Amino acid sequence: MTKKIKNLNLNFGPQHPAAHGVLRLILELDGEVVEKADPHIGLLHRGTEKLIENKTYMQAVPYFDRLDYVAPMNQEHAFALATEKILEIDVPIRAQYIRVIFCEIGRILSHILNVTTQAMDVGALTPTLWGFEEREKLMGFYERVSGSRLHANYFRAGGVHQDLPQGLEEDIAEFCETFPKIINDLESLLTENRIFKQRNVDIGIVTKQDALDYSFSGVMIRGSGVPWDLRKSQPYDCYKQLDFKIPVGKNGDCYDRYLCRIEEMKESVSIIKQCLSKMEKGPIKSLDGKISPPSKKEIKQSMEALIHHFKLFTEGYRVPKDEIYTAVEAPKGEFGVYLISDGSNKPYKCKIRAPGFSHLQSMDYLIKGHMLADVPAVLGSLDIVFGEVDR
Amino acid sequence: MKNLIDLEKKINSELTTKINRSEIKHNQIYLETDKDDLIDVVLFLKTDNDTKFRQLIDITVTDYPEKNLRFEVVYLFLSHEHNQRLILKYTIAENEIIPSITSIFPGANWMEREVFDMYGVSFKDHPDLRRILTDYGFEGHPLRKDFPLTGHTEVRYSEDQKKVISEPVKLEQNYRNFDYESPWEGTKYIKEELENNDKKN
Repeated sequence: MTKKIKNLNLNFGPQHPAAHGVLRLILELDGEVVEKADPHIGLLHRGTEKLIENKTYMQAVPYFDRLDYVAPMNQEHAFALATEKILEIDVPIRAQYIRVIFCEIGRILSHILNVTTQAMDVGALTPTLWGFEEREKLMGFYERVSGSRLHANYFRAGGVHQDLPQGLEEDIAEFCETFPKIINDLESLLTENRIFKQRNVDIGIVTKQDALDYSFSGVMIRGSGVPWDLRKSQPYDCYKQLDFKIPVGKNGDCYDRYLCRIEEMKESVSIIKQCLSKMEKGPIKSLDGKISPPSKKEIKQSMEALIHHFKLFTEGYRVPKDEIYTAVEAPKGEFGVYLISDGSNKPYKCKIRAPGFSHLQSMDYLIKGHMLADVPAVLGSLDIVFGEVDR
Repeated sequence: MKNLIDLEKKINSELTTKINRSEIKHNQIYLETDKDDLIDVVLFLKTDNDTKFRQLIDITVTDYPEKNLRFEVVYLFLSHEHNQRLILKYTIAENEIIPSITSIFPGANWMEREVFDMYGVSFKDHPDLRRILTDYGFEGHPLRKDFPLTGHTEVRYSEDQKKVISEPVKLEQNYRNFDYESPWEGTKYIKEELENNDKKN
């Protein structure tokens, strides 16, 4: 007697704890082996790009927090850099250091979340609990500087919104002293852990060629052995003056990407330390009154400042007609903004290039031939956040 | 090639008629080509030893509804070897079908789907041209300039039908697009009115 075997279609998500958000993944299974994966995205699509076209440049910044909501300020950075380049304004050195500090804090935030939830997806709960305690501290820094734990709205074209409050520098410095120990603790739980390795080593291998073809960036391309980091190769703000290393993987599997993220966190701590020691007192935003608002004190004393303030918060500033693509090394990869201005106070078009979009696209090719249980492991190491994938 | 100017010269001399315009701005090269030459240009940029733009960063479209050739298709490339960025553009009319580059860059698949979804530009030889970001059964192309910000339909759970239904958008208050630009010089409509009055007098 012959039995007819039929492939099974499985609907993974949209509400699945290991889907890291709202991902609907349609899997075609042959027994336990995945034959085909078809991600359905867009469940968190909010039309960010359309909204930005209808807002002034200053009003557009908060939308960037809501993209990759695990590392909000890195996104704002890309937009701020794009407008600054078109406006041709300089950013004071202290503002550059502050921005880099908070971008690196964002990187740590994102990597802690990713490393620990990936561990949770393959069965380890403790790292999540330890890691989230540290994230809470970092979000505390976010809150103290911007007034908000997540949606910071802190970076501006020409600098940042406010100077650091008193005592924050010391507290960040203290965090830099204690945090490496936590990374070591996390590593002691995971790096040599037999189960963690069994679930991650040689899973979801990306070759160098495929990493290029599929438009990978960030840890996804470095894990495969391509030494490419925009902070080094196309340095923006003050990254040129800082000394840091770029960890590069060898095998391009989930485990190598995990190791890269751990190493990057250590480098981020060192970057923050360098910034803190090099930072001097000074202005924190461009002194051009046509672009950055005056201080409260000035408004009370100077008519010109009052006019500037009024103009900036009603009309906003106008950006000359131009087009530019600017990218930053966000924790997840190359986050870019393709900005077209038409000389008015609103962007004509603002295309957001999210790294996760390209990474998730390769799901089908990464998971083919793997077991069903490897799906969360691969998905975890892709570092997907739906805010940015769906935009 | 290390130098952007050399690179521009090289591309122009190799591709001669296929490049309509080239420019160096913001440390990036901007190229304009034609729809029919796209595949040749992209293949050259990817494979030539002096260019090696081996990574496709993004594909997008800019909509200029007032123009005859309404859409401007934009490709962003990156060369790791030479650490350079390139922006390739060409214009098309509405309803024109453009070639897909998925065979050259597999990563273009979703990017082209997004362009199709957002602007309604169709691709020839695309393996799987479906909508990607909008809802199942969505109509219209949201990033076109003539698509209203509020959209056409809204969804809610209907207690009567016991399911999620979509209806035409009903706003308690219309979306108010304040024209903030230079209030004291008169917003556009006031200006127009003043001009008309001047003409009448």
